[in-house]
Amino acid sequence: MDANGRLLDVQGLTKRFGGFVALNNVSMHLDPRERLGLIGPNGSGKTTMINCISGALFNEEGSVVFRGEEITGLPAFKRAELGISRSFQIPRPFRTMSILENMLVPMEYAAWGRVDHATHEDRAMEILALVGFQDRARENSGNLTQVDLRKLELARALAAQPDVLVSDESMAGLSSSEVDEVLEILFKLNERGVAVIMIEHIMRAVMRYCERIYVLDAGQLIAEGTPEEIQGNPDVERAYLGE
Amino acid sequence: MKVSGFWIGIVLMLAAGFVLAGVADNQFLFFAGYVILQGLIMAVAWNVLGGFTGYVNFGSAGFFAIGAYTAIALHQFAELPLLVLIVIAGIVCGLIGLGTGYLTLRLRGVYFAIATLAMAIVFESLITNWDYVGGSAGAYVITPAEVPFFDSFIEMMFILMLVLSLICVAVSRYLSMSRMGRGLASIRDDETAAECMGVPTLRLKLISTTVMGVMMGVAGAPFPFFVTYINPLSAFDLLIAVNAIAMPMIGGTAVWFGPVIGALLLGTIQQIVTVTISSELNILIVGAVLIAFVALAPRGIVGLFQDFARKRREGGK
Amino acid sequence: MDASLFLNAIAAGILLGGFYAAVALGLSIVFGQLDIVNIAHPAFIVAGSYLVFALNGGFGLDPVIAGILLMPIFFAVGVLVYRVYYAAFERTGRESLAGLAFFFGLMFVIEVLFIIFYGVDYRLVEADYIGKQIEIGLVGIPWRMLVPFCAALVMTGAIYLFLSRTFLGRAILAVSQDRLALQLMGADPVKIKQIAFGIGIATAALAGALLIMIGPVEPTIGRLYIGRIFAIIVLGGMGSIPGTLVAALIIGLSESIVTTYIGPSWAPTVAFGFLLITLAVRPQGLFGRL
Repeated sequence: MDANGRLLDVQGLTKRFGGFVALNNVSMHLDPRERLGLIGPNGSGKTTMINCISGALFNEEGSVVFRGEEITGLPAFKRAELGISRSFQIPRPFRTMSILENMLVPMEYAAWGRVDHATHEDRAMEILALVGFQDRARENSGNLTQVDLRKLELARALAAQPDVLVSDESMAGLSSSEVDEVLEILFKLNERGVAVIMIEHIMRAVMRYCERIYVLDAGQLIAEGTPEEIQGNPDVERAYLGE
Repeated sequence: MKVSGFWIGIVLMLAAGFVLAGVADNQFLFFAGYVILQGLIMAVAWNVLGGFTGYVNFGSAGFFAIGAYTAIALHQFAELPLLVLIVIAGIVCGLIGLGTGYLTLRLRGVYFAIATLAMAIVFESLITNWDYVGGSAGAYVITPAEVPFFDSFIEMMFILMLVLSLICVAVSRYLSMSRMGRGLASIRDDETAAECMGVPTLRLKLISTTVMGVMMGVAGAPFPFFVTYINPLSAFDLLIAVNAIAMPMIGGTAVWFGPVIGALLLGTIQQIVTVTISSELNILIVGAVLIAFVALAPRGIVGLFQDFARKRREGGK
Repeated sequence: MDASLFLNAIAAGILLGGFYAAVALGLSIVFGQLDIVNIAHPAFIVAGSYLVFALNGGFGLDPVIAGILLMPIFFAVGVLVYRVYYAAFERTGRESLAGLAFFFGLMFVIEVLFIIFYGVDYRLVEADYIGKQIEIGLVGIPWRMLVPFCAALVMTGAIYLFLSRTFLGRAILAVSQDRLALQLMGADPVKIKQIAFGIGIATAALAGALLIMIGPVEPTIGRLYIGRIFAIIVLGGMGSIPGTLVAALIIGLSESIVTTYIGPSWAPTVAFGFLLITLAVRPQGLFGRL
């Protein structure tokens, strides 16, 4: 934690692609165990933001501080080792591996220095139980259904034993009952002490889950507040509906 | 149990080699055995990168030839013992693997494939121009007529190759079954996801290219002493390049014993076939079998057996 | 410095570069636009050379005409190869490793077939103009270089116009960039790619004709072109046709200068040097987007 007790602190972050400014001087923070929402229309810079947090992209200006430590220039795998984990919008399982083996990759790499090696399989099984996969650990991950892939994606991100989980549209394209299933999983892992940054288009899920929400539009931060405040904010409405 | 089984197998293979050396008189057996084992090392080497990590090296013949020519150059310079030549050739090829990897592996995998392919051609023209090692005319190596402990020089070369290939197989098995093996497999499956799961992808890829290079150099270093005359054409042989890919592909790339199976099978068939038919036809057959396997049986012979076993198990339920 | 030597090196380099553009053109479309790493492309070019050799020897056809006549056949072969590639690899998402091995195997099969049928000897074509040259001041321009240069420029220009001016051409450019837009336009990406791949292979027929005009051909000569072709495509910026032409001229010129002042056996290393430098310094190439 840094001096303010913040888990993650992003200050003045700017990211350009050629002449296009994807993020312009954006600052945001995350407290320990917080459930944070990040919303905005398509192309507003949400995914760029989490790419800069997880290390898939590097920002030219501004800083990313995690637990009081500057991580701006660190490659993605180092950030995973420190405790930043992410799931992908389009699930990216290790297709030739079983569900359990998928879990063991983050255990043996991201969490290697933090977890007793003898307990890997037990911990993996425990997380799999959380998403309802306890009896399917030996199944091949290549043939899972869309919703099961999303669950594996979250389970695997959790297997990295993170302090922050960045969930990138884990519910897009799912049915209403499936959305509830995934939300339930996200609530459970938050109870285990993991802070969550949720990027999502399904407003019902964001409003129900998040304690605090940031709104991005065209690379700018346009609002911050509780779900109630965001719902009543005219700027947010304008960004989503257009003038 | 499984671990000790593997090491018992290694010891048995070694013992079998020595027994063969003791009883067999037919020198052709040692020639053929040497060639098969040379192919086996190349296949195992290729698979450390291509099979485990998913990065294709088309320049196998290049690494092999650099190994051979490093040995020749050092042999001309000072008559060092063969084992020293092998070690140095391994180091040189490992460094070349590391360098090529460093320049290209941060980009998409195909650039590495292209760079290795082009590299083999460039090294061929470099060596053709290098008079110290004989240039295009080639170089002769005089091998001793008698060697201690063995009945003939070729017998010693065979045992040497056997030891080298067992070491390479053991290293490859260790890589695939250790934590690193899982890291390499995660790179093969999805590199972006692997990086986000804490896998230091660039470092693992570079280790993998280096190990591949070392093994190929080790396979190539004794070659001039085996054939006693080497020129760029024989060192950069087409068959070496195609075999190094075909053997793992046919055996199965995902597991350490896949290339071993492929190399023993294909190598033995080739030794029988080259006696009876031309080497061109030989290459044609390898090429056609390679295409058939990658298109129809992507997991190789190992995969075919696994499918067969699963069907039987499910059928028996 | 000898002015005549220098001017001749420049002239030869430009002519060579134009020819290289023809050689790289097909793969520039296939690799640059479709993202298919057809390393067997040079083998198709050599196949073109041998078929032109057969037509030239059998019927006395002019090599360029023979090359053009072969283009439809090569187009059909290309479509066929793409169908196999699509069914076995692209559809199942295994294109990276297995697809590369597929083309590698294909390269060997093509090469060895020609070794079996024609042996490893060098083959040549006959035409009235081969062997003659025009003198312009200090510079001698041999017809066997000038004709391929002109044919290559015409083909490159035609492909450029086709890609930029026709609906089908623009669909080919779109296939690599925006599959969704293409589907919205009602075009089937697989059909478009199949046609594009066919065109890529068709250019190999004419490139093969030019190859055997420039010098004698043996079955594995294509390997010498693999490094050059990929160097040209990467330097030119992956699929940009003008980029391919400029990069081909740069590599042709550099090789010619190296050949003249250092020695012909060093020429193959030039392209590799360019390839490595481009990959290390500017992987998007001269004209490229990342």
